[in-house]
Parts: sequence; structure tokens; C-alpha cells
Amino acid sequence: MELEALTGCLSSLSCTVTQISTGLIIGMLLFLVASGLSLIFGVLGVINFAHGSFYMIGAYFAFIAYQTTQSFTLAILAGALGVGLFGVVFERLFMSKVYGRDVLMQLLVCYAFILILDDVVKILFGGEYKLMGMPQAFALPPFQIGGGFIPAYYVFMIGISFAIGVLLWFGIAQTRFGKVVRAAAINPQMVGALGINTTMLYAMVFGLGSLLAGTAGALAAPIRTLTPGMGLSILIESFIVTVIGGMGSIVGAFIAALLIGMTRAFGSMAFPLFVDGTMFAIMAIVLIVKPSGLFGRPVH
Amino acid sequence: MIKTKRGVSRRNFLKGAAGAAAAGAVGTTITGFPHIAGAQAKTIRIGMPTILSGRVAILGTSSRSAVQLAVQQFNEAGGLNGRTIEVIYRDSKGRPDEAAKVTRDLINNDGCEIIIDGEASSGSFAVQEVIRELPVLCLHTCSESSTLTADPKLHVKTAFRSARQGVHDAVAGGRYASELSKQKGLKRWMTCSPDYAYGRDNTAEFLEYAKKFDPSIEVLDQVWPKLFQPDYTENITKILQVQPQAMYSALWGGDLVAFIEQGNLYGLFNNITYFSGGLGDPPVLTAIKQLPVGLHTVYRYNELYPNNPENAAFAAGYKKLANQEPTNWSWQNYLATSFIFEALKRTNGNTEGAALAAEVKGMEIASPFAVEGKITMRDSDHTIIGYPAAWGVTVPKFPYVENFQSVPWSEILELEAEWKKSKGYA
Repeated sequence: MELEALTGCLSSLSCTVTQISTGLIIGMLLFLVASGLSLIFGVLGVINFAHGSFYMIGAYFAFIAYQTTQSFTLAILAGALGVGLFGVVFERLFMSKVYGRDVLMQLLVCYAFILILDDVVKILFGGEYKLMGMPQAFALPPFQIGGGFIPAYYVFMIGISFAIGVLLWFGIAQTRFGKVVRAAAINPQMVGALGINTTMLYAMVFGLGSLLAGTAGALAAPIRTLTPGMGLSILIESFIVTVIGGMGSIVGAFIAALLIGMTRAFGSMAFPLFVDGTMFAIMAIVLIVKPSGLFGRPVH
Repeated sequence: MIKTKRGVSRRNFLKGAAGAAAAGAVGTTITGFPHIAGAQAKTIRIGMPTILSGRVAILGTSSRSAVQLAVQQFNEAGGLNGRTIEVIYRDSKGRPDEAAKVTRDLINNDGCEIIIDGEASSGSFAVQEVIRELPVLCLHTCSESSTLTADPKLHVKTAFRSARQGVHDAVAGGRYASELSKQKGLKRWMTCSPDYAYGRDNTAEFLEYAKKFDPSIEVLDQVWPKLFQPDYTENITKILQVQPQAMYSALWGGDLVAFIEQGNLYGLFNNITYFSGGLGDPPVLTAIKQLPVGLHTVYRYNELYPNNPENAAFAAGYKKLANQEPTNWSWQNYLATSFIFEALKRTNGNTEGAALAAEVKGMEIASPFAVEGKITMRDSDHTIIGYPAAWGVTVPKFPYVENFQSVPWSEILELEAEWKKSKGYA
């Protein structure tokens, strides 16, 4: 424990600003992935264990688009929409076959696709790492706020992730589509009986969840090395976020992602060798105190 | 009385065949003789376990390409009295158990009479134990762990290493860094290295010698990101808070690329003198989109250093064959084949492990990679000396690293001897 380092940081405005921005950078990217995972579980009742691979595909789609067009906007769109479309096809061809089945069956199907997608990426791009590179528009000196530094790209990344989060919340909480989605999550038979095409609804929700993972992958592409298997680490952290926030809760995913982000940022000052352990400890405490997660509905 | 074939019943023949096979298998296990050893076959088979899949597959593929290039050149030049060389490659997936298994298979089942071990350190220790049982000539080409050859308990008579090793680099790095720290007054240091055995050992050895040469160096803090960690923001901002004047990092490969790109966003390298144990490898240097100028790195490979036509020819040949830049592992594997080919010439094609080992032991060869004329396979501990243990500075364009400064090998050897004594190896 290096509590002196933590208190020293908290007493310095520049350090506090820098670490809060670090927490936001880590947290908002995690939120995008975890919210998709949570949305799919909340409505479809399946856990997409291949969700991390969707994040990976999003990064590679963005990489290809950027290499081809040199347009960062097109790269983000390719990552987001490409994976969204892929998610719809994946749901129709494979996931829809395991709805209502044992969780082990779902796990096996998804795990198979983790391996398949990793291999496909390896065949297409090789086992070596790739780097998309930072768009010229962000080649700026870092912004200085209260003496702390925040890179321009991270400001953009936090902003766009936050905007997507607000849009997602608005769409689920305030629109007709959101009402249908929420209704389908509670009673899909009744929604079907009311004449709503639940097959299409499920595909759309799965596609939306995939789109969020793809967006996260595309946003990460300029700053992270792309490798086959890169989805695994973010999948684990996303699960932690989803469990802490409550399975199926978008707001819960947001709060939990920020919690994990801040834990990583300030934990690296206070207990640098136990940051990963701390995340699992938080999850364990939440599960003991509230097994359904901070914002999850109790399961009876 | 000699029994004719007609006189042997089918049942007895099968029993005999089975017995002979069993005896052969037992014999192989006990004596360790590979099944075609000394057969003087037209083709000499070399087995190569290496990592051809997974996150560090670049290690294996670049090793394989270098060996392919060397063998192609050897065979095209007529081979050894008309005998050609064939290499059989096996993927260990980076797993020590698999490395040991495929090495055994290569010797016992594929008839390989020599092994080029293109494994990382963990796998090399496993291969070393196989070679202890099956004493064919083996050259370890990628493991940089000093103990592999320095620790007498691990010594195997027919196993050698044609790869750089940690303690040599640490002495060279410590000397180089301390001179800069004295010149620039770099007293406040920090480290950022991957949290596993190599990262911790490599960092400790570098610091040991840096502080030995400049005792005023103070290490303020050390951060240990996980191996293959995707995001280094939390580590970078911690470094910014500590505000060291200099830092050392043993990050390598894709991890190092991500760290530098993310560090660039914060202007991390503007005010810190950065020393790297893994940056000077062409695939890393070319992967970084915005390579900061003035970073200090140990030599891993550079086609302009040593600056001689043979090294340039190696780089050109390798790039033509592999369609990528050579790596540190490439030159080390290419060098291994030089030792093997020379040993085969001296034994006139005798592939018996002991005979080849007797030639490789203490062998001096002129090599494109030698900095003081020749590279020597030291007879006392079966490892190479005379290779580029140098440090240079990054520049934004080809050759990406220049102004290499080497430490005289006499000084490295003197300090290595002290290190061995302190470890109880000498």
C-alpha cells in the first residue's frame, strides 16, 4: 500500500485532474463494451461470451477502413456499423438457436466463435500486431486543465462515449422502441402476442449491442495494438462491470464502468500491485451485499 | 545353423519384429541415439521447434525465415560434398511441454540429427533437458536468460546458445546509461517493465549495473504493467506524476508499440530520457507511427550496424525471402546455422552430437554480425561473445536507430565473471 502517494496525489489538483481523466478514459471505453453485453443479456437473456471478439473485429474493421480511405470518420463508422451488421447475422444464424438453452451450451457456442474469429483474424492479418495510427486531426499537444494533462484524442473518446451512453439511455428510457425493448425483456410472449415481430426485435437488439462493442474497438484502434485475441482482456473487465452494475442495466454498466476506471486510475497510485485484485474484490463485495448487482433486478 | 526366412513362422517373425521395435525404442530412450544417427544419409535433417502461433508468433516466423535463408544459400552453393540440408519446423505454440515433445519427435521420429531451438526462454529450458537425454547437437537461438548457459547445473555437453544474453546487455546498458546520467545529471529514475520473470530480471540487471557505474542514480518508483496489457494510461499518468528524469523499460513487441503511442499522447518522452531494452528491433521501430527522436535502445538488429557488406546482404536476402524486416531472432538463428555448417564441414558430414559439439566448442567464425571481427562460441559455457552489445539513439526515419556505441567485450567479460562469481556459477 502506498497511501502516501494517493494522499499526495489527491492534494494536488494537477494529479487529481490527470487521474480522474485516466479513470474516465478507461471507464468510458469499458462502458461501451459492457453496455452492449448488458443490453443483450437484459433483453435476450443470453450472455454473449464472444462480445470481446466483436470489440476486436470493430478494431480491425476500423483499421482496414482507415488504411483504405485515410478517413477517421469512415473508420469509426466501419467499426461500429460493420460489427452491428455482423451481430445481426450472428444472432440470426447462431445465437437464436441457443435461446432458452442451458448456459453451458451458450458458452460453448460463443467460445467456439472466439476461437474461430481469432483464427480468421490471424489468417487475414497474420499473428503480428497492427497499429492503426493516430489521425492527424488529433496531433495536438495535450490539453492542460488545472495543471493536469489530457490528450486531445482522449477528450474526444470520452466525449463520444458519453454521448453514445446518453443516446442509449434516452433510446431505452424515452422512446417507443425503448418501451418495446423493455417490455420484451420482461415478457416477450406478451410483446409477441401484441403483434410485435420479436424475431426482428431480438436481431436489432443484438445488432445494437454488437454495434456498441464495435464502436469501442474502433475508438481503441488508434491507441492500442491490434492482435488476434485482443478481445479477451476487455471481455473479462466488461463482465466485472456488468456484474457490478447489474445484468441488464445500462445505468448500472455506466456507474460500474466509472467505478472500475477510477479504481484503476487511483489504485495504480495507492496499491499498484493489487489493482486487478481490487476490481475482483469490489465485484465480490457487491455480490455479497446485493447479488443482483448495484442496479440489477432481483431474480426470483 | 542359420534359419532361412522360410524357416521362421509368421508368428515368430511378428514377435521378433515387435521385439526389435521395442528394443529400438528402449535403446533410443536409454542411450539417446537418434534412429538414423551416423547413417550418412544424402540429406542432413535439422529439426526446429519454435513458436509459429500465438501472440509472439513473430518470434518463430522470423527465426524460421532466417534459417530458411541460410539453408537455401548453403544448398545452392552445393551443400556438403553434395549432401543437402533439410529443416523440419514444428510449432510449439510457445508451450514448454509442447517444445519438449516436438523436440523428441523431431529426433526420434523425423530423423533429425541436429536441433535449432527457436524457443523463448521457458521453452529453451525444456528443450535443454531433452538434449540432455538425446545428445544431438543443439543451438538455442532465442533465449536471452543468462542462467541457461551460465548455471553449471544446467550445462549439457552438446547444447550451445547463439543468442545474446541478459547479463551482457545489462553490463553494456548500465555503462551506456551511467555515462549519459553523469553527463546530463540524470539522478531521478523510474522503470516501467512487464510484470513477469523476464521483465523483472532484465530491469533488475540493468539497474544493478547502471547504479554500479553511477551510484548517484536513485530509483524513485517502479511500475509493473501486466504482460500484453492493452492500455498503459494508468502507468503513463503515474510516471508523469513522479516526474523522473530518466526511465528504463523492458517492454517489448506490441506492448512497447502501444506504450510509446499512448505515451506520445501525453508528451511523455519530451522531458524524460528513455532507455529501452526492446525498442531496437526493426518490426517494433517500423510499427510505431510516431517514433520519438532521441530514445535510447539496446541493439537488437540493424542492417547498418555492424556496417559491412555481409550484413547488408543478409538483410537484403532476408527481406526478399520473408517480405519483412529481420528481427533480433533472425540474426541469431542465421548465426546458429553458420556454426552448424562450419562444424559439419570440419567433421566431414559426421552428424554425431559429440563430434559436432567438439567442433562448435570454442569455435570462432567471421560473421556479418561480429563487432570485433569474429563471434566466438565460448568453450567454458557454450554461449556466444563478440556480438553487438551496443546502444543507440532513435531517429525518425530509416535506419531508425543510429550512433551505436558498444562497450568493449573485455569489460563485459570482466564484469560477467564477477557476476558469475556472485551467483556461485564460477
